[in-house]
Amino acid sequence: MSDVIFRTQGITKVYDTGEVKVFALAGVDLELYKGELAVLLGPSGSGKSTLLNILGGLDHATDGRVWFDDIELTDLPDRGLTKYRRDHVGFVFQFYNLVPSLTARENVQLVTDVAPNPMPAEEALNLVGLGKRMDHFPSEMSGGEQQRVAIARAIAKRPQILLCDEPTGALDSTTGVQVLEVLRDINERFGTTTVVITHNAEIQRMAHRVIFFQDGKISEVRENETRLAPSEIVW
Amino acid sequence: MQAIDRKLLRDFKRLWIQALAIALVLACGVAILLTSVGMYTALSETRTAYYERNRFADVFAVARRAPLSLLSEIAQIDGVLGVEARISGEAILDIPGRTRTAVGHILSYPETADPVLNVPLLVSGRFPDPLSTDEIVVNAPFAQANGFVEGDSFSANLRGQKRELTIVGTVLSPEFIYTIGPGAMMPDNAVFGIIWMPERAAAAAYDMTGAFNDVSLSLAAGMQTAPAIDALDTLLEPFGGLGAYDRSTHQSDAFLDAEIDQLKGMAAILPPIFFGISAFLVSMVMGRIIALERSEIGLLKAIGYSNTEICLHFLMLAGLIAVVGVGVGWIAGTILARDTAAQYAEFFNFPFVIFRVSYWVYAAAGLVGLFTTSLGAAQAALKAAKLAPAIAMQPPAPPRFKRSFIDVAMARMRLAQSTVMILRSLLRWPLRSFLTSLGLALAVASVIAATFINDALDEIVDLAFYQTNRQDVMVLFAQDVPEAAVENVRHLPGVLQTEGQQAHAAILRHGHRTKRTAVESRRPGNDLSRVLDADGRRIDVPPGGIVLSYRLAAHLDVQAGDSIEVEFLSGRRETFALRVVDLVELRFGLGAYMDFESMNAMFRQAPRVSIVNVTLDDTRIEALHAAIKDTPEISGLVEMNENRQSFQDTVEQNIVVMNTIYIGIAVLITVGVSYNAARIQLSERARELASLRILGFGRGEVSYILIGEMMLIALIAQPFGWLIGAWIAQLMSTSFTSDLYSIPLVLRPATFTTASLVVLCAAFVSVMIVRRRLDRLDLVSVMKTRE
Repeated sequence: MSDVIFRTQGITKVYDTGEVKVFALAGVDLELYKGELAVLLGPSGSGKSTLLNILGGLDHATDGRVWFDDIELTDLPDRGLTKYRRDHVGFVFQFYNLVPSLTARENVQLVTDVAPNPMPAEEALNLVGLGKRMDHFPSEMSGGEQQRVAIARAIAKRPQILLCDEPTGALDSTTGVQVLEVLRDINERFGTTTVVITHNAEIQRMAHRVIFFQDGKISEVRENETRLAPSEIVW
Repeated sequence: MQAIDRKLLRDFKRLWIQALAIALVLACGVAILLTSVGMYTALSETRTAYYERNRFADVFAVARRAPLSLLSEIAQIDGVLGVEARISGEAILDIPGRTRTAVGHILSYPETADPVLNVPLLVSGRFPDPLSTDEIVVNAPFAQANGFVEGDSFSANLRGQKRELTIVGTVLSPEFIYTIGPGAMMPDNAVFGIIWMPERAAAAAYDMTGAFNDVSLSLAAGMQTAPAIDALDTLLEPFGGLGAYDRSTHQSDAFLDAEIDQLKGMAAILPPIFFGISAFLVSMVMGRIIALERSEIGLLKAIGYSNTEICLHFLMLAGLIAVVGVGVGWIAGTILARDTAAQYAEFFNFPFVIFRVSYWVYAAAGLVGLFTTSLGAAQAALKAAKLAPAIAMQPPAPPRFKRSFIDVAMARMRLAQSTVMILRSLLRWPLRSFLTSLGLALAVASVIAATFINDALDEIVDLAFYQTNRQDVMVLFAQDVPEAAVENVRHLPGVLQTEGQQAHAAILRHGHRTKRTAVESRRPGNDLSRVLDADGRRIDVPPGGIVLSYRLAAHLDVQAGDSIEVEFLSGRRETFALRVVDLVELRFGLGAYMDFESMNAMFRQAPRVSIVNVTLDDTRIEALHAAIKDTPEISGLVEMNENRQSFQDTVEQNIVVMNTIYIGIAVLITVGVSYNAARIQLSERARELASLRILGFGRGEVSYILIGEMMLIALIAQPFGWLIGAWIAQLMSTSFTSDLYSIPLVLRPATFTTASLVVLCAAFVSVMIVRRRLDRLDLVSVMKTRE
């Protein structure tokens, strides 16, 4: 199928601590489509973040196979994964993970310095509504602003996929909504496949598809007939 | 500039105190390397150039009286390029305004042409008129010490003739860079001078018309000196030759060699210590930075930075520290090397100094600095590169503590929880605790290495001046005189007690090893100048035996009980086999001692003496000097008090400088290590300590954990520091020992106490500076920060 961007086949992830084996993923088959906004929903420890890490090329699966477009990520060596991340993936984390010693602009430049076809850092910051705060350090910004810098940093490379791990987890509802609006805007404007992990059930209502996780497996996949705008979401 | 490079610069700016502390330790290594290599090259190149320009000879010999016709035969010796024959002698000088006598070493200055070898360099005035009988030039240090200017005169007793000599110029000579008077132990330019007088006047004074008693040879490049020495000895033997020798035995050159060797030793021992410590400090700090920046590293990887880029990023941080350290080291080293080279030039009276530290030395010092810091950072940087991104983004697992027998023991002792925390932390990171401790131990060692010299010198002075040589004055004769002279000296003014002593130059052989030295003898029971055994008891050498100093024995590779050959260079130049009956400790010179009667028997002579040792009524010393000025046979008077004073003056100045430098270095190392260690501890424990504060612990109790751990490490470091210090002191005492003197290894409790106090105080101050940050800790924000 031409519009599938990710495909996984029976992937498992086992953490072996020596004494016990923990199955973080216990055989996941999944397809994600180009341009869709998918929300992964599930309790802590259900395997959402592990899957995201594997899709983002941050981690290897213990077993099973993963494809991104025509690239098989499964056995890609470290160097290949680095290139894959550099060229195709944008990440947004719960705790923003900004470099405290760099300004907003410089944090975005971290990406534009190494990506093959980036947009200017200023443009990315304007897109998230931070055109006037570019020269501020993370410590001088609110949590919402910091998360928007993180999003600007993620989209500046014009990624094909945007992987967001609890992007609103550390934010209050008003700020969270602002961040979600930015994410939807990017998804619609650039057609960037966006995967959002959350355990806030309300957020599912803005997604094209919702994928439910339970005990390392997909328990249900639901398609939204009608999507809500982030501004209509309240929690 | 790329954003990641900007991050690098800001990280460096944030860490600047820690970075500076490390950089300064590194700078010490670089500076000492530059200084010692710079001084070493300056000293040896200056010496080489000086020797070349002023044609310093390769082989030297003294004879009793050889005809000038022998010179053509000497010139025929294979490989000989130049021959310089001179007349030399000793004279007692009566310097106006000085009640005490001085000794002059007289050398003839050729009449018709300039000297071929050992050319004196005119510093002021002119050379004497060849026809004059009273014009002389003197070595510049002697003129300076006595305040002489051209036109000044003094009288000299030349073999019984009193002559008024007028200084017309001052010179420097490659032959007398370091001058030491007969019987003296250290240079004293006021009482020992070199005097060049016209050949004709010298010949008349020493009855040497048509003859010479001092000859120097220069050899073709690459020629061995031994065959020329043998040939010259053969030629001079009928004329009372005293054995030819080369530069290695030449007093002035041997002393310079010893100095140059010391610099070499310094370049080899010290810099590696500093480089090692800075590598350790870098590794400690980088390790912590990487622990703190874990999530940033994960992020950089998630964004797409490669392992190599991340590894390089952290290596460059270490590189910046190295750049600062090397830069400071280069500047300090250049200044230090230039200053000390100038000081040496002044001390040795070099007419010029060639100071040139080649670029490769700078480059090498810089590269070594860069390499060691990179080495220190390598482990941390590789760890950062290896960190899997998914794991890096998660908080690190809490450190694993396991219960061990030590915990059981701690529980038994009912230690306070804070003390348990300190001990557990030490044991949890044993390598880090060990290395921190080792760093401080090296600081302790550096103080010990510097201060032990004080005690060593005290012992040298005690042994040389209070135990071995207890005479007030040594009266020296130009030539051996019948023993009856001892009685004559006894009648000189102020003399209380006299004892005679005989000395002959000799070559000692054992197997293929040889050494040229003087063999002394005195009558059994003599008590003013003594040979002492290890317990400080006087040894009377049994007839037919010989007693050697440990250093001489080591040179010859002999032990008590072995037999050696002794070839006397005076009298009939006979060779005897003698049994080494005992070995003794001696600090100055290489001693060899025989029984008085045996020596006279070997020389087939009625008892003779060359020195009379005297004790004096101090109040009459001036009368004694006055009397001696008119006694022709006496060539000099050595006052032991002055000897001791000049020794102490010479070394004291060096020691004060050295002690200051080493203690400064120790403080720098201590601050570098303890400040960084305490900062890292604080950073690791900020949450823990803040939690304790929230639980109700007072500032003092929380500080106790921080200070306690650091000071415990400092305490543990002490015994190691003492051991390493003792080892370095031993290394120094061995490497500073030469033919001229030896430095004993004297380690007193006070040395260890001082070293420990210096380091413990510096460590305490450093950790107290870090403790101030603890007071400023914002409890709420620390607890909110994500681990």
